[in-house]
Amino acid sequence: MDRKQCCVKLSVQPSRGLMDEKFIVLVQNVFPGFQLTLHALHKCEDGHSWEAFAHYTTSAIGAVNVSEDPSLGGTYSGVEPMGLLWSLRPVPGSKPWLRMRKMNVQTPMEVTISVYPGHQTEGFLDQVPLASVVVERWYMAPGVRRIPVTEAGLTATLFLPPGPGPFPGLLDLWGGGGKLVEYRSALLASHGFASLALDYLTPKVTIETGKMVDNQYFERALKVLEQHPQILSSRIAMIGLSLGTSITLKMAVNSQVVKLRCVVCISGSHVQPADGSVEQIMSFFNKNAEKTCFNNENHMICRDLLLPIPTDPSLKVDMGQLQCPLLLVVGEDDQNWPAHESALDIKEMMERAGNSHLLTLLSYPDTGHLIEPPFTPFAKASSFRAVSSRQKLVALWGGETAAHSRAQEDSWRKTLVFLRANLYGGVNTCLTSFSNL
Amino acid sequence: MSDTVAPMLSVIPSRALVDENFKVVVENLPPGSPVTLHSLHQCEDKHYWEAYGHYTSNHRGTVSVTDDLSFGGTYTGKEAMGLLWSMRPVPGSREGLRLRKRNVCSPLLVNLSVYRGHVVEGFREQAPLASSLTERWYMAPGVQRIQIREKGVRGTLFLPPGPGPFPGLLDMWGGGGGLVEYRSALLGSHGYASLALEYFAPGEMKSADLEFNYFETAFNIVKDHPQVMPDKVGIFGLSLGAILTILLAAESSVVKPSCCVCISGNHLLPRGVTIKEALNMKSPKIRLDENNYEIWRDMGLPIPDDPTHKIDVGRINCPIMLVNGQDDQNWAAVESSDDIAQMMRAAGNLHLLTRLHYPDAGHLIEPPYTPHFRATKFVKDTKEKVILLWGGQTKPHSHAQEDSWKKILAFLEQNLYSSPTLKAKM
Repeated sequence: MDRKQCCVKLSVQPSRGLMDEKFIVLVQNVFPGFQLTLHALHKCEDGHSWEAFAHYTTSAIGAVNVSEDPSLGGTYSGVEPMGLLWSLRPVPGSKPWLRMRKMNVQTPMEVTISVYPGHQTEGFLDQVPLASVVVERWYMAPGVRRIPVTEAGLTATLFLPPGPGPFPGLLDLWGGGGKLVEYRSALLASHGFASLALDYLTPKVTIETGKMVDNQYFERALKVLEQHPQILSSRIAMIGLSLGTSITLKMAVNSQVVKLRCVVCISGSHVQPADGSVEQIMSFFNKNAEKTCFNNENHMICRDLLLPIPTDPSLKVDMGQLQCPLLLVVGEDDQNWPAHESALDIKEMMERAGNSHLLTLLSYPDTGHLIEPPFTPFAKASSFRAVSSRQKLVALWGGETAAHSRAQEDSWRKTLVFLRANLYGGVNTCLTSFSNL
Repeated sequence: MSDTVAPMLSVIPSRALVDENFKVVVENLPPGSPVTLHSLHQCEDKHYWEAYGHYTSNHRGTVSVTDDLSFGGTYTGKEAMGLLWSMRPVPGSREGLRLRKRNVCSPLLVNLSVYRGHVVEGFREQAPLASSLTERWYMAPGVQRIQIREKGVRGTLFLPPGPGPFPGLLDMWGGGGGLVEYRSALLGSHGYASLALEYFAPGEMKSADLEFNYFETAFNIVKDHPQVMPDKVGIFGLSLGAILTILLAAESSVVKPSCCVCISGNHLLPRGVTIKEALNMKSPKIRLDENNYEIWRDMGLPIPDDPTHKIDVGRINCPIMLVNGQDDQNWAAVESSDDIAQMMRAAGNLHLLTRLHYPDAGHLIEPPYTPHFRATKFVKDTKEKVILLWGGQTKPHSHAQEDSWKKILAFLEQNLYSSPTLKAKM
């Protein structure tokens, strides 16, 4: 094809979107029945390059619409509007076992989307594409405010939606890797929830004193939310993933200080010394460390540490005492925590206690441990340095790319609907503003 | 503090190009409650601009600007983008203001709020129920902005992202002078390598040495750019820029545009004189309206019968689109457009002409969803600052901007992007 004669038109709408928004990728002005490859390229904050690609054939009018047309092969197949993002993986030659996490949420993720002729599988960066565009993906909507919080000895960041408020508040807890991970809170604030991302494993106070935080640390975080002039004290919730779920469930059932309106628990378990501190929970896991397995590739499987689910009530959060709605999200192929087994046990405990009407369980097949906001790359296994062990290993998270990505999309949407219904209240909750997700 | 959580105001998309639509929705209001949707923007010159519409929420407590009707404010009816195009300077502002973004690398920030009741004034003294911020961009991600200082030509080139090659455009504004980049930035975002041309400084229209050759050189800079398709370069002009566009298309032996877009222009340039002489020949037939604003449209009237007083449009041999407002108070654009059509019919090239005339639209037909200005300050050659009447009524003018921009982009796409197979079908 003579390039100077026929110029391929490539567009992505919107060209600037939130991380969880869908986009439409259109290729036009090509000959009908033409084979082409769509390619995505992203250079992450750590300097690694990630790519995805898919094979298409143009329609009778010489166009491809990624939202409607099937990919015939590549890093994803079938009709997948967002496949170019969730199927991103490190380019050949990269360090193994990478995981993409954006730590600076104030700048967008930039992705270059290109079209190449033919059905290609490699060597993209050595050729000139037919066309290419740049797409920005943002964690923060315009007007969202990012406020570092250091009062009350906390290491945290508060994200406030734009406007006067008052807003419902969320305490946002990640897992055993520690650090202050902001992106989920930034996105939640972009959807109208004041969200406090809390570092509870590697906060300043632990770095300086070597001591892990106690239960009061979390109560203080909830108080910061409760007392904020733009946050509604009667609408405070918690969202946790992995170890964050352990703490969330514990606080939902046991906390005397703040009455939580609802909780979202992802990829976690209720198995822990009932009302134990973070330190006690960690040593509980370490006691069972010999149950850690390794697969053929020497990836660490931790799910057995908490199995079998104990019958001893002192080793579980008393779920029968839960008084607020709970959204439980688990992957059935979680290799890191026995989230699915725990979910079934939680359900049983609540049915026996008569409060199972509070439970919504989302259980996803072929889905692993790291169930995060959608449209970011999937990592079945990645380098992991647990705060407790200080060892650098490769943890097996589980899951299969397409199924896991679908689970992320579905669970995120349902999480937002759940939070809206419980925190923004009203029977007539309109879903208009989530129609683009 | 009450137990009521704030209503939710969302703008989707929250970041968009200036010419893209958005959906503004308010939820969680009490049902059937009167509310006012309000927009606020502080421009680069620090003036405040606002618009507002009066709505009533439905039984679910929702207002959707796209679907509902406004019954009062700076716009009425079902107007998805009314909160942008009906913006005007806040009460107490100076006369004759015009909103033009100079820095196209940053977005226009618009604050959208919802107030209880049907409010008409004092927005900034009350607390809204909710508010949100939206970004409106002239540049899509990946568009490059390149300063051009070459062969005496001054301008800014906007290149779309990607390897190209791209069709090119020479983009010329009007008698106000200076370097106006935003339309080219937007055209670059739509896939055209577009050169915004500076050809005289503000206030120097009549004194500038406007050589025909300057424009030909500028056109060739676009055409010869390694990422531009040399046989797909068009010219885009508004007002004086449109006159120059018609002139180049008709008279130049050096440049052969693939197509032309002329907004609010005319063909009333006498032959055989330099551009500078021609511009200085205009008779001082300036009228003043009841506000002492200057009306210049009479300067071109009556349209002369003598062809030597007009550009020989019969010699144009590329598709040309004329966009005019029927309430243009600055040029006799519609009368000129009618005469151009007559001349082209006689010459046998009428098939190249597409004319769009908009009722109650004024002179400054710009990309959509930015405010309409019926009259603004203008610096004349004598360094005198006057207020020129451009014409147009806000709503029809804004609709004209929206409609013409779509049609202009379709026209450019047809002429500059069309694929070989599609071309063969024509």
